[in-house]
Amino acid sequence: MKRFSWFNVTSLALGFGFLYLPIVILVIYSFNAGRSVAVWGGWSLKWYVEVFQNQQLLDAAWVTLRLGMLSATVATVLGTLAAIVLSRFGRFPGRMLFSGMVYAPLVMPEVITGLSLLLLFVAVDFERGFWTITLAHITFTMCFVAVVVQSRLVGFDKSLEEAAMDLGCRPAGTFLRITLPIIWPAVLSGWMLAFTLSIDDLVISSFTTGPGATTLPMKIYSDVRLGVKPEINAVCTLVIAVITVAVVGASILSKRQEIERERAERAAFAAGG
Amino acid sequence: MSSDGKGWGRSVVIGIPYVWMAIFFLVPFLIVLKISISNSVIAAPPYEPVFATISEFFAKAGEFTSASYARLFSESIYVESYLSSLWIAASSTVLMLFIAYPLAYAMARAPKAWRPTLLMLVILPFWTSFLIRVYAWIGILAEEGLLNWLLMSIGIVDEPITFLATTRAVYIGIIYSYLPFMVLPLYSSLEKMDDTLIEAAQDLGCTPIAAFWRVTFPLSIPGVIAGSFLVFIPAVGEFVIPDLLGGSDTVMIGKTLWEEFFNNRDWPTASAVAISLLLILVVPIVIFQNAQAKAQEADR
Repeated sequence: MKRFSWFNVTSLALGFGFLYLPIVILVIYSFNAGRSVAVWGGWSLKWYVEVFQNQQLLDAAWVTLRLGMLSATVATVLGTLAAIVLSRFGRFPGRMLFSGMVYAPLVMPEVITGLSLLLLFVAVDFERGFWTITLAHITFTMCFVAVVVQSRLVGFDKSLEEAAMDLGCRPAGTFLRITLPIIWPAVLSGWMLAFTLSIDDLVISSFTTGPGATTLPMKIYSDVRLGVKPEINAVCTLVIAVITVAVVGASILSKRQEIERERAERAAFAAGG
Repeated sequence: MSSDGKGWGRSVVIGIPYVWMAIFFLVPFLIVLKISISNSVIAAPPYEPVFATISEFFAKAGEFTSASYARLFSESIYVESYLSSLWIAASSTVLMLFIAYPLAYAMARAPKAWRPTLLMLVILPFWTSFLIRVYAWIGILAEEGLLNWLLMSIGIVDEPITFLATTRAVYIGIIYSYLPFMVLPLYSSLEKMDDTLIEAAQDLGCTPIAAFWRVTFPLSIPGVIAGSFLVFIPAVGEFVIPDLLGGSDTVMIGKTLWEEFFNNRDWPTASAVAISLLLILVVPIVIFQNAQAKAQEADR
């Protein structure tokens, strides 16, 4: 059993301190009664009260939530299909172009993705607003889903699928009964990733939006440009809290499922062998 | 599901994501290319449908001109922002290595039971909003912010130092925001390393430091390369960080593109900036993807 050396403890403390201190400070100052960022005026919840009375913020949050749910769900379906195509379908005409189109958006600067989608919407004269942002978000998040699901598809034993098909299962049935249950945790975490990417996005949304569709990051951005405001700290704290609970919860859940699945597999082997 | 899933089902499964990506990724990209070489008169707003149909759009855009590209070279702001983006991205990538490496190393050397938790702690900030994490630094770096308050109350400085709206703040922002991208590949290359190699080196008379430089570090180079590209490529096109933390003298290409588009409303120039940004990034992107493909082959 290895133990911590002083060097490793220092590195961990400094590294995690650097990663978390700014967030902790932001959260603490959301409870500051004073308006200033440097002067501590005592604990207070008044900025949270203001957030819930600020109709513009609430509207933006609602737009963001609907956008995230919708685009993440469509992106998960499309991304899972793309992952299956990339990992199970072997060669087909245009495969190189397809994998290029799936991987390129992962590293594409957001300003380029945003600009090019906007020019598409203008070229076909599509009215800009909620739906254009949704289409844009589906497009860039599905590539992340594809990568997450593909890594799971590559990692599991293909002989299970082959066995099902040898026993007369059709490809679609094999997918629903064998493949999908096994890759399900990856599909879920793909959805989570797509959702958080969507609710975080500022640049692509700003390019593709139209009148009446302001997302929370766009609202935060336009307020932040005018300076630090305690209400924004409160909004940010709420967002951080929701995401942290969701991510930690999802990871605990998938860990538990993994353990149960392994136990079931062992039981099956014991019964069969 | 495997190779014998032939017929129309197979075509549908391939077709749906294929057509989607073609419409929403490939075609828009071609449009940017087209606009970047079009006349600014036809491509610029007002937003009324300038093009009645797609064919008319392409017919009008067909009047080639290299005026937008000529501007990129003749006006110093563009060349300057390309060079400074590359410089800022490259130097913050190198600086970040000095923070990320010890952290990844310590995580990989931590007791096994701790590692999933430590990993989770690195990934968690990556899930929380990028914008929020950049915003958090505004309160710290501002003139009357926490850092100046701290420095003055300890007595290191008498006058507040200007951190915000400087290029220094942009470095801090990039290093902070992209740190998980650097730590994760470093950690995964350090974690799968065989400890017996280091023990062998030490048994053969290497000091721990020599063992690190001769064994550990060379074996972690794939992680260093992957992490560096993962940070460098998006950092070159970064917009939020230079816009919120940088000053008017911090020019980066992502910000220039944004301003060209939203403030000057010059679409052809914005498109030309986008295309040339992509051309600059193509080489690192291809190198990165080749390195990734090689690493995947090696794992098999």
